[in-house]
Amino acid sequence: MNITVRVWRQKNADDKGRMVTYGVENVSEHMSFLEMLDVLNEQLTLSGDDPIAFDHDCREGICGMCGVVINGIAHGPEVTTTCQLHMRSFEDGAVIDVEPWRAGAFPVVKDLVVDRSSFDRIIQAGGYISAPTGSAPDAHAVPVPKDDADHAFDAATCIGCGACVAACPNGSGMLFTAAKITHLGLLPQGQPERESRVIGMVEQHDHEGFGGCTNIGECTSACPKGIPLDTIAQLNRDLLGALAHGKA
Amino acid sequence: MAVSGLIMVGYLILHMYGNLRAFSGPDAFNEYAHHLRTFGEPMLPHEGLLWIVRVVLLGAVLLHAYAAITLWRRNKKAAGYVGGKRYQTKQNRTGIQRSYASFTMRWGGVTIALFIVFHILNLTTNDIHPGGASDTAYGKLHNSFEHFWVLLAYTVALIAVGFHLWHGFWSAFTTLGQNYSAKRRDSFWNSAAIVVAVVITAGFLAPPFAIYFFGLGG
Ligand code: HEM
Ligand code: SF4
Ligand code: FES
Repeated sequence: MNITVRVWRQKNADDKGRMVTYGVENVSEHMSFLEMLDVLNEQLTLSGDDPIAFDHDCREGICGMCGVVINGIAHGPEVTTTCQLHMRSFEDGAVIDVEPWRAGAFPVVKDLVVDRSSFDRIIQAGGYISAPTGSAPDAHAVPVPKDDADHAFDAATCIGCGACVAACPNGSGMLFTAAKITHLGLLPQGQPERESRVIGMVEQHDHEGFGGCTNIGECTSACPKGIPLDTIAQLNRDLLGALAHGKA
Repeated sequence: MAVSGLIMVGYLILHMYGNLRAFSGPDAFNEYAHHLRTFGEPMLPHEGLLWIVRVVLLGAVLLHAYAAITLWRRNKKAAGYVGGKRYQTKQNRTGIQRSYASFTMRWGGVTIALFIVFHILNLTTNDIHPGGASDTAYGKLHNSFEHFWVLLAYTVALIAVGFHLWHGFWSAFTTLGQNYSAKRRDSFWNSAAIVVAVVITAGFLAPPFAIYFFGLGG
């Protein structure tokens, strides 16, 4: 298939940036979206142009590095990561717009690459448990009800890609933050720090310049891991509880 | 946002219930209006309860508007606009699943605020009195709603309120931690919000429509 891509090009953080149009020919529909960009980059390199910078690592949908906005939708038309999106999801002759995540807390570094270290700082503010490490304990040493284990696991599948923020009209990072709150809050190991965790993470989230959640739900629809919306209600429940106990 | 919004919703339900008295005839309606003013006497002064409600409501409206404007500004900054737009593409401008109601929270809220001012000038102080001023509660109502443009203004405003509450009521309960459903459409509070929005819009519009189209109360 032959396609046209319009890509956001921006030399560095200070550059204004603009959309640039390229034609890509003989694209196989079995290629992933990133492989299509690889082909385009080879083309650019051969013609002496600067290749398009984009982030990626695992290319198997688990690292969360490869997020870009495709035709206005985070990670494009399928509910998956960009690396797992295939060109068969597009028509022959399609014009495809590719842009970086847009959020105050995710400044553009170059072209499609944004700096997501604000997410790391939210995790550092409480997204962990303080426990002695060592060899793994026996799986049944601390019993966990099946329901809680399942829900915690669902929430734990968040890969920190940032699609929720890119999709949210408020630029809010609530779904990401809530996934971690829910994951650790449902497990016995997460209890000692449950209240300080929610206070610390929400404070850091706000401090980084993410927006306030107004329960629109674009985040969960865009999330490649299907982190459910009720995690945000869980976060609010924990937050109200912690505030009621004077933990702020 | 949630608490001040819910105070207003509570008021709207009582207010709507009061308005439906219009169907019991002018006398019942006027008596109800009179009763509101004498409620609690002699424990409370004349119009005592009314003024308590007015102060609480004004507080709720101001708090709600202040919180809304603060949130609006913060979120605009957080969304990372470049040159007035967030994403340059013309595709999928309305997101994946956003509802019309959630899109119109901000400007819809402003519309409702302007309407509240008009409404008070119209039916409380009666400074705006199409069809002639009146001393009775029913008279003000009746004179106003014989005019099509008044009916139209109230209809537009109440539809705006309906949309605002559809998203707002659901959103408020999620803010308060009360949503246990993975998807919004499966949530009890989403269904509750639709019921509240429809009942309030229809309940408020029933008396004006009855007056305009069926000459309710002569
Ligand atoms: C002064 C005019 C008003 C403005 C500017 C305004 C604006 C807003 C905004 C911006 C939001 C948050 C956006 C969101 O959740 O997506 C909101 C939420 C809400 N509004 Fe209003 N509004 C106004 C009047 C009203 C009225 C008259 C009512 C009740 C009848 C109401 C009930 C609610 C409720 C229940 C919420 C949800 C609160 C939450 O999510 O925590 N609002 N409003
Ligand atoms: S919640 Fe979903 S969209 Fe947001 S960072 Fe985690 S995996 Fe990505
Ligand atoms: S490159 Fe790792 S998730 Fe896409």
